[in-house]
Amino acid sequence: MSPVSTSNSRIVYDALKACGVRLMSALPETWLVHLIRMAEDDPDMILVRLAKEEEGVGISAGAHLAGVKSAMLMQNHGLLASINGIVSCAQLYRIPLLMLVSYRGEFGERDPWQTEGGGVTEDVLRALRIPFSFLDHPSHVAPRIAKAQTLAQSANKPVALLLCRDLMWEETT
Amino acid sequence: MKRLDALNAIYSHLEDRVVVTIMGAVAAELQSIGHRPNFFYLQHAMGLASSMGMGIALVRPERHVIVLDGDGSVLMNLGGLTTLARYRPRNLVHVIFDNESLLSVGGFPTATSTGSDLAAIAAAAGVPRTTTVRTIDEFVRAFDTALSAGDLSCIVAKVEAVGPSGYVTGLALLENRFQFQRYLTHVRDAGAAR
Repeated sequence: MSPVSTSNSRIVYDALKACGVRLMSALPETWLVHLIRMAEDDPDMILVRLAKEEEGVGISAGAHLAGVKSAMLMQNHGLLASINGIVSCAQLYRIPLLMLVSYRGEFGERDPWQTEGGGVTEDVLRALRIPFSFLDHPSHVAPRIAKAQTLAQSANKPVALLLCRDLMWEETT
Repeated sequence: MKRLDALNAIYSHLEDRVVVTIMGAVAAELQSIGHRPNFFYLQHAMGLASSMGMGIALVRPERHVIVLDGDGSVLMNLGGLTTLARYRPRNLVHVIFDNESLLSVGGFPTATSTGSDLAAIAAAAGVPRTTTVRTIDEFVRAFDTALSAGDLSCIVAKVEAVGPSGYVTGLALLENRFQFQRYLTHVRDAGAAR
């Protein structure tokens, strides 16, 4: 069994559906596996698997202008890889983006290769003036996703929710 | 073939279709022929015009979406060709004007000038219909065929590395963006009412 939390992934997925998300772009990463499978199994969800996360900015922008709410699922390194698209498409053109970013490299990270990205994630979001919050407990998930979506739509700009270890990973030791 | 002549030759086919272009000469030249509310010019974010077109095409399968791209932009998002091919929006026509250079920043040659073949790359990515054209007649024929094919098509149009004298137009970016969104909303509601 993967230690990625199925039940909390379900809470996240249901919250995204509840705030009108009909299209998700995703680039697989360990913590996102259940979310991506849920999107894949949902006949009412358009799932777009990407080669690189920045494509998702363009896809979400197109979907938004065509009247469809979307979400982007990515690792924090995917956020880093998407910065030009976020700035020169979503921010330049005032496009709402609901970004769910797995927050690798914070306390508890065992993979050495994830540790650098964790250290810069919040500073990068602040530098980009992207409002963000943390999903670190199941009770926060639905209200924070709903409020993030509300702000993205009212402000016409990107927002981010950081999927934290305490929510996504069920420690066995 | 000049890109401006190629755009003029297909303009009548663009009049009632969703069109997404890249920045630079393509945007300026299409606007010089005549802006329409159904034209969106992605004036930065190089590489993402095809992703944006795909986002529209996936949620509006009943509308043709035309992406007017360029070699420099496509080279920045080659992975996007694999995503396009993977989801194969049958209502999307991807035109790549290939002038083998980054014209708007001084004409520096791109890798298509040294043999990289974008139609072959698109075909190898899995795009079902690809072609390279070098004359206006070939281009118009390929474009007509793509519109009637009912499948994802990629047309690489080899064009001269010449463009307009300037790239800034009178159309503000956000004006274009909200006008285009209203157009898409209007055609959806009109479609729903039918």
